Amino acid sequence: MIGEKPKDLRAHLPLAYPALMLAIFFIVPFGLMAAVSFFHRQPGGFYIPAFELANYQNLYTALFGRTLVFSLFIAGLSAAVCVCIGFPFTYFITRMKRRSQVVWLVLLMSVLSLSEVIIGFAWSLLLSRTAGLSNLLVWIGLIERPVAWYPGFAALLFGICYLAFPYTVLVLYPPLSRLDPALPEAAQTLGASPLRTFFTVVVGSLRNAIVAAFVMVFVFTLGAYLLPQILGRPRHWTLSVLITDAAIYQTNMPLAAAMAIFFMAVSLVLVAITMTVGKGKNIKTA
Amino acid sequence: MSKTLRNIFLGLMALLMGGPLVVVCGVSLNAKKRLFFPPEGLSLRWYMELLTENSWLIPVKNSLTIAFTSSLLALSIALPLAYFLWRYRVFYARVLFTLGISPFILPPVITALGFLSFWVTIGLYGQIYATIISHGVFFVTLPLVTISLGFESIDHEIVEAAETMGANPGTVFRTVIFPMVRPYMISGYAFAFVLSLNEYIVAYMVAGFTVETLPIKIFNALRYGYTPVMAAVTVVFVLLAALIFGLIGRFGDLPKLLGALNPEEK
Repeated sequence: MIGEKPKDLRAHLPLAYPALMLAIFFIVPFGLMAAVSFFHRQPGGFYIPAFELANYQNLYTALFGRTLVFSLFIAGLSAAVCVCIGFPFTYFITRMKRRSQVVWLVLLMSVLSLSEVIIGFAWSLLLSRTAGLSNLLVWIGLIERPVAWYPGFAALLFGICYLAFPYTVLVLYPPLSRLDPALPEAAQTLGASPLRTFFTVVVGSLRNAIVAAFVMVFVFTLGAYLLPQILGRPRHWTLSVLITDAAIYQTNMPLAAAMAIFFMAVSLVLVAITMTVGKGKNIKTA
Repeated sequence: MSKTLRNIFLGLMALLMGGPLVVVCGVSLNAKKRLFFPPEGLSLRWYMELLTENSWLIPVKNSLTIAFTSSLLALSIALPLAYFLWRYRVFYARVLFTLGISPFILPPVITALGFLSFWVTIGLYGQIYATIISHGVFFVTLPLVTISLGFESIDHEIVEAAETMGANPGTVFRTVIFPMVRPYMISGYAFAFVLSLNEYIVAYMVAGFTVETLPIKIFNALRYGYTPVMAAVTVVFVLLAALIFGLIGRFGDLPKLLGALNPEEK
């Protein structure tokens, strides 16, 4: 009975409510936003239905271009850092006993659930002059007086990595925990060093999962919105900040919508890449 | 890999992940209205202020109301969808599933802007209902994924046995399927609850100026003058999240919920 085709219309009944909700509150808002991106903006914050490409033409500015490039750059860089640290980290966790695994996973989930604003606040404290880590260095005697390490690019990169790290581990956890333990064991029995085993067998057999994780984390970090404002300088603001700014403070919805649609197109291309990569040939891991 | 190196690496990661929490905790205990770490003088006055000042109590109440109801909404959408997806294999249910997980794949600012245009158009912009429904749809992903895992774990033979014994579909669902899926529903609800509590951009876009949630309040406090209450409220929320996930880890199968295939064997 399970896995068959629904017999009649009545069998579809459970689907009605979710379909209706997602249609009204997800598809309609999206369609609306897409429509607004072609609307004509009137001074004073209102817009009237129209079909013009002016909003998209307005995207062609130095600020938008620079912000887009910077958003992609910092997202790519932090995704790379997260995957490089997250991969061995997740590997260690999946090889632990169940109990220690649960403890680590609870810590990870707790950090994952932290709001961006809380992460930004915590790191701005840690990197600040009055309450920060530099006080510790003064106390040890490494530097003379406390310094402020934020705002700046390094602080922002650090914050985004902190934000994305638990997510990275959660993305890498399923493929790594399904990796057959016999594979690395076999390599070591045949005389490979643990380090060599890790790089050739574990990394090698999960190459596709790593690429997929990189793209997922990349898209995730593209969404960083508060951290650039807390830990970065205005020139470090990302596209998310620019879109919100246009929508809320300049009340230019058509422009914000055009930016969002453009941004979504870029993201969708990346998601499509994930799907293609995910479907690629992979050494049997389960 | 050598054990010592591994342990140094793991310890460093634990320190990095836990470090900010320790500092925030320390700052929240400051006696003076400054953000010092280590704290100067110990007091719980900022926690008291959190419990007595309306400017903090209202956002706390808003956030809890929104998280409580929106996760219920997310659950109500996810359950029938996951059930249908498991019961029947048809492509349009797959399409709906993809739709349900897309808010988590796209950058949230895009979904948030979609919600904003929607609520402005129908005239509910700035209402708490707008935030609740937006969060409910935004977080459908979490219960959808956990409940789907729950359905997949059901042994088909049990369901077939119940049917052979003469139970009708309603009875099968109530007495066999539902109890087996219930733990996954609870964890899906908990995930959505905690994430809704901490969500910023959707809540801000949809009703940021009228329905102040806690993350919005903290960000405003961060911009317009610091106060240790921010640290106190952060500590409370982190503890709440850790408690909820700790309970899931204690009573549920966290490794399996997060996608491990057979964690019981270890």
